[in-house]
Amino acid sequence: MLTKRIVPCLDIKNGRTVKGVNFVDLRDAGDPVELADIYSKAGADELVFLDISATEERRKTLAELVLRVAEKVNIPFTVGGGISSIEDVDILLQNGADKVSVNSSAVKNPQLINDLAAKFGSQCITVAIDAKQIDGEWIVHLVGGKVPTELNLFDWAKEVEQRGAGEILFTSMDHDGTKDGFANKALAKLSNELNIPIIASGGAGNVQHFVDTFKEGKSDAALAASVFHFKEIEINDLKKELQENDIPVRL
Amino acid sequence: MKIVIINYGAGNIQSIKFAIQRLGYEAVLSDDPKEIKTADKVIFPGVGEASSAMNKLKASGLDTLVPQLKQPVLGICLGMQLMCNHTEEGDTKGLGIFDVDVVRFNSGVKVPQIGWNQIEALKSPLFEGITEKDHIYLVHSYYAPVTKDTVACTTYGTQYSTALHKDNFYGTQFHPEKSSDVGEKILSNFLNLTTNN
Repeated sequence: MLTKRIVPCLDIKNGRTVKGVNFVDLRDAGDPVELADIYSKAGADELVFLDISATEERRKTLAELVLRVAEKVNIPFTVGGGISSIEDVDILLQNGADKVSVNSSAVKNPQLINDLAAKFGSQCITVAIDAKQIDGEWIVHLVGGKVPTELNLFDWAKEVEQRGAGEILFTSMDHDGTKDGFANKALAKLSNELNIPIIASGGAGNVQHFVDTFKEGKSDAALAASVFHFKEIEINDLKKELQENDIPVRL
Repeated sequence: MKIVIINYGAGNIQSIKFAIQRLGYEAVLSDDPKEIKTADKVIFPGVGEASSAMNKLKASGLDTLVPQLKQPVLGICLGMQLMCNHTEEGDTKGLGIFDVDVVRFNSGVKVPQIGWNQIEALKSPLFEGITEKDHIYLVHSYYAPVTKDTVACTTYGTQYSTALHKDNFYGTQFHPEKSSDVGEKILSNFLNLTTNN
């Protein structure tokens, strides 16, 4: 049976992890490769690296990082952040990334999704969507949720599927950072209306939140950062709990 | 041991090279027929769209070479699918090594299948030390139905061939290079095959 995926997310700036990471056993808490290795051994099913650098050298730094991760880690990983062209994607996949995730660049130029899917195949193109509710309607936002667009979440999600996205990573800006659970109603609606996998993001605070997003939210995967980085939840314990709740996981 | 990964411009070959490196071997990337013919083990990767991958293979003349190889050959993901008779993706004629037609997943499941699923009904030296229902990583929209060359199955809506074996040719729909310890064991089993297997 296809299992539900647990996906730790690492924020990267200039080749280093940025969010405070509370691993006492790390030699170098800022080294994404070492952290990735620890997560893969701890039972993570997949990793996401989100690059938030804004320097001239960001492309080169990220490509080098991807190569070092691929050398060390034997589980799949996705790379996102500032990806806006075929050339960007080409070097990341060549260096060993399994999937790339595009966000703002796809909103600004939806044709990019078609071009990437045609060139590299849908299976490695994830479209990340950040959205929050305005007067009861889910509106797609850019720049980490700061800038609203005119796009409705569900319309945009359907469009990216039609354009060839292989997967959607949906972050609810209303839930992100609250540790109060995932946006399960919106997630379930996405899952019902689309026929590609949906990754839930934003709101993970405890084990029950993961149970809920897989059951009520019908999510295919769940992404979180701080609950894993600060060891509030151990991946192995989480997966055992999911299994006890009849949710298929890889243990 | 000389290991060659066929480099025809289709796929995530760096990950396979690194996985082999983690097992203590070095693999060479090559599209040179001489180099490929003299290898002890050949890996035939593939990621992306079938018809364009097949065109690249034809452009380098490797479509006639691969079926003639005598040493153990491992096709991975799209590589495995191209070793079949035909694939529905881009209505593409394959190399015809495995006598089966690859088709798209249909109703009732999300496409592509992305993630960790289980291998079962194992019958190949490739799976020495692997337990039924162990997890492997897959990402694909098309599959080979169960056939006489099937040596392992996975179930996603329907039960299909997750591995094929005929003579010196092996194929896995899953990615051993991304399937954690289970995948590394399977890759290691392939590299340890003797030509008689």
